[in-house]
Amino acid sequence: MALAIVLLIVIIGSVAFNWLSPWWFTDIASNWGNIDTTVFITFWVCGIVFVAVCLFMTYCVWKFRHKEGSRADYEPENSRLEWWLTVVTTIGVVAMLAPGLVVWDDYVNVPPDAQEFEVLAKQWTWAFRFPGEDGKLGTVDTTNIGMDNPFGMNMDDPNGADDVLVPASRVHLPKDQPVKVWLRSIDVLHDFFVPEFRAKMDAVPGMVTYFWFEPTKVGEYEILCAELCGVGHFSMRGRVQIDTQEDFDAWLDAQPTWAEMQAGITPKSYSAMAMRGRDVAETNGCFACHTLDGSVVVGPTWQGLWGSTRTMTDGSEVVVDDAYIDESVRNPAVKVVEGFAPVMIPYDLSEEDMQALIEYLREETGAEEPMSADRGEDAAPADAVALNEAAASNQGLAVLNAQGG
Amino acid sequence: MAQAEIPYQEDMALHHPHSWVTKYWFSQDHKVIAVQYGITAMSVGLVALVLSWIMRLQIGFPGTFDWITPELYYQSITMHGMIMVIYLLTAFLLGSFGNYLVPLMLGARDMVFPFVNMISYHVYLLSVIILMASYFVPGGPTGAGWTLYPPQAILTGTPGADWGILTMLLSLAVFIVAFTMGGLNYITTILQARTRGMTLMRMPLSIWGILMATVLGLLAFPALFVSAVMMILDQLIGTSFFMPSVVSMGQQLDYSGGSPLLFQHLFWFFGHPEVYIVALPAFGVVSDLLSVHSRKNIFGYRMMVWAIVAIGVLSFVVWAHHMYVSGMHPYFGFFFATTTLVIAVPTAIKVYNWTITLWRANIRLTVPMLFAIAFVITFVVGGLTGLFLGNVIVDVPLSDTYFVVAHFHMVMGVAPILVIFGAIYHWYPKITGRMLNDTLGQWHFWVTFIGTYVIYYPMHYLGFVGVPRRYYENEIGGASAFYPESAALLNETITIAALVVGAFQFVFIYNMVVSYFRGKPAGDNPWGATSLEWRTPQTPPIHGNWGDKLPTVHRWAYDFSVPGAKEDFIPQDVPHDDEHGAHRT
Repeated sequence: MALAIVLLIVIIGSVAFNWLSPWWFTDIASNWGNIDTTVFITFWVCGIVFVAVCLFMTYCVWKFRHKEGSRADYEPENSRLEWWLTVVTTIGVVAMLAPGLVVWDDYVNVPPDAQEFEVLAKQWTWAFRFPGEDGKLGTVDTTNIGMDNPFGMNMDDPNGADDVLVPASRVHLPKDQPVKVWLRSIDVLHDFFVPEFRAKMDAVPGMVTYFWFEPTKVGEYEILCAELCGVGHFSMRGRVQIDTQEDFDAWLDAQPTWAEMQAGITPKSYSAMAMRGRDVAETNGCFACHTLDGSVVVGPTWQGLWGSTRTMTDGSEVVVDDAYIDESVRNPAVKVVEGFAPVMIPYDLSEEDMQALIEYLREETGAEEPMSADRGEDAAPADAVALNEAAASNQGLAVLNAQGG
Repeated sequence: MAQAEIPYQEDMALHHPHSWVTKYWFSQDHKVIAVQYGITAMSVGLVALVLSWIMRLQIGFPGTFDWITPELYYQSITMHGMIMVIYLLTAFLLGSFGNYLVPLMLGARDMVFPFVNMISYHVYLLSVIILMASYFVPGGPTGAGWTLYPPQAILTGTPGADWGILTMLLSLAVFIVAFTMGGLNYITTILQARTRGMTLMRMPLSIWGILMATVLGLLAFPALFVSAVMMILDQLIGTSFFMPSVVSMGQQLDYSGGSPLLFQHLFWFFGHPEVYIVALPAFGVVSDLLSVHSRKNIFGYRMMVWAIVAIGVLSFVVWAHHMYVSGMHPYFGFFFATTTLVIAVPTAIKVYNWTITLWRANIRLTVPMLFAIAFVITFVVGGLTGLFLGNVIVDVPLSDTYFVVAHFHMVMGVAPILVIFGAIYHWYPKITGRMLNDTLGQWHFWVTFIGTYVIYYPMHYLGFVGVPRRYYENEIGGASAFYPESAALLNETITIAALVVGAFQFVFIYNMVVSYFRGKPAGDNPWGATSLEWRTPQTPPIHGNWGDKLPTVHRWAYDFSVPGAKEDFIPQDVPHDDEHGAHRT
């Protein structure tokens, strides 16, 4: 008896929860409203089956519970009933599957007027590439990737020269324009997911994947990585700003092309010790997380690092010097800068390498004033996600300037 | 070969134990091996339980527990998942139930290869030890997620990419060796060592479930085995099976030309049948529990058998429904969505038949029956949400969100575990000769059933909002649209429920220990069941199970409440009298 009552409460509670709970899809901001429709159909078919089966079982538990002297019926089979149930189930399955496949057909066939752009995923940040005036993305190769070629562009491909490169985790897209998203990863699996767009797809190293959508609402949305990509997976966020066509064009025009970036690269001189330190930073992959231009990727930027005062997660303040850098490399979890997740792995550098790295940081980030101090408000250190858009656009050249050689 | 040449194990030479060691440690008695498997699986399951607490503490109360680092969090989700799926569920349902039930339910003296059976357990134990050794190697266990997807699993950005992943893969390979030895035994015993009169279509559904699950395991585990070997080679000697050219943490690595998708195909070619390796024995066992405790035959026995076979066969052509957004050729989506939804039909038939079994029954709400009914409702929720994820386009917004977490925990976590609990309450009297305490059992049931429902039902809705799974923290730098404040509150609630449900499992363990010494004596057949394991001359059954003569089977396992019969059950070894309307079998 108690069981029947509890089962009834569970059934009614489940249905009521569905209507009363505040948790449901975010407001849609793309063309994929028909994905929501297929979810809705599935919900109704499954909801009805859930209520019917569970209510029937609850009734049986109450009605046919053991009583003194009662005895069960003996009915091994009833093929008529079994066939009927099979047929009805099949109809329910078809009712869900058929519309699902129709919409999937839309999902995998990109409309011919879609504009292309590329999402480049890496641990734990996003970058973007637009095809430029010729409408063609230049070819790329992961093995080309280096300090002065973060996208792995093929130098001898003329189509790549006018490609617009956006190394920040922040991108703009035009409203009401279908876009085909090419996805590429340079290290592990990632997945480009904006809940408001409903659509998602994995980025897989060694191959290029795609999906498409059409943004329908101006606004800013969060990009999430939806495929486990290592210890910093949860911090791999980006922003996509949906603009009107005019605003988007203006933004795109302000971004440097690959040719412009290459032209801006000029060597910078360091002491021999610092040169070695820069090699240490490069071979250990420091620049994958720490930028020199003030933008925030995974870890705190190195811009203006030497001698500055930084606030830690526990509220204490630290002046950056030899000892702090040494500790932060060997034992990064001890002092974590406020607003950042403790995701850095320890590096066991030799004493000479450590001294060289410290010398490099002193020369690179200590002596002179940062190129520009006008950081956008969304690049406050507390926001490990959003990249300093202003810094990215104004200093795209500066990044490579500083890193070139 | 004629059936008559098989000696029915009447005179089977048994290796009777001569010492404590050969009786309880290196035993060849399938019943002792079953208990060994059960205790080991449960112990490692407790580790997984503690790991789930760690991850729930972090999700429910982010920032509160400094000692839960991202590394620890990712290592915990990985180890929790792998332990639960492989080392607890697979080992318990096949290693423990398979070993205990197959010979007893079929009227055999033991497994056909008792020595191999003994080795099987010890190899399994070795795999568990290797797995636990992960915690003592440099860098700790792998944090690659239980799916172990490369390249991530062997690159520096993942915890345990040096040693942890190797111990994990090695442990899996060793486990598969153990499973293969056990599995060949189950199949051979079921096909060759059934007693007189035990035709295939008279076997209890528990045995059908175990048989089909074992067939699936023997066909599916090799795919995992080879992928484990290939990934070990990629990691140790730099082959590129799964590794394309990559730049890891700013460094060009020497790999080139490999395919991460190849691993996913191999993994899920194993991984999807694995779901049914866990589910089919649970389906079978729950059918028997429902029938015995409702004093009524299972409805549509033949349909139930064919549904098990159909699900088993279909489970090999649905694997890529785990990969709809993996970047595989999009046209695969049409095929795999169709096969996946087709599998819903035989599965639904099983659910209908379980509930119709209760129609005009005489339901005794014993603790095993409570768990069986709770299984049905949990499985209905988990099965129906599978229709969301199986239907390719519906999967797109939901995949990799908490909807998936809720779905698979309902369907292949909670549901089979409820069956395992029900089955332990059901067969414990036969295994030990004593009943489990009923009051503690009731408490255990109510907290577990309601608690798990409170944990997982609302979790689906976090998935609708878009909360991704495997996030150490959701709020970074202020609130996110996909993570409203109410979602944080919901996660706190779920964490509290998870702590309570977890703690109550210790009540169950206490019950098993105390009842072993002080439980009410059970007698030979406390539930009035019909299958052969309740007809042994001794309880608990001695080595060799039967007296001088093996039982002879005259009927199916479901002659409950036969019209005209004196009792409301007729055991399988009772000859046909002149009772009316008895089943043709």
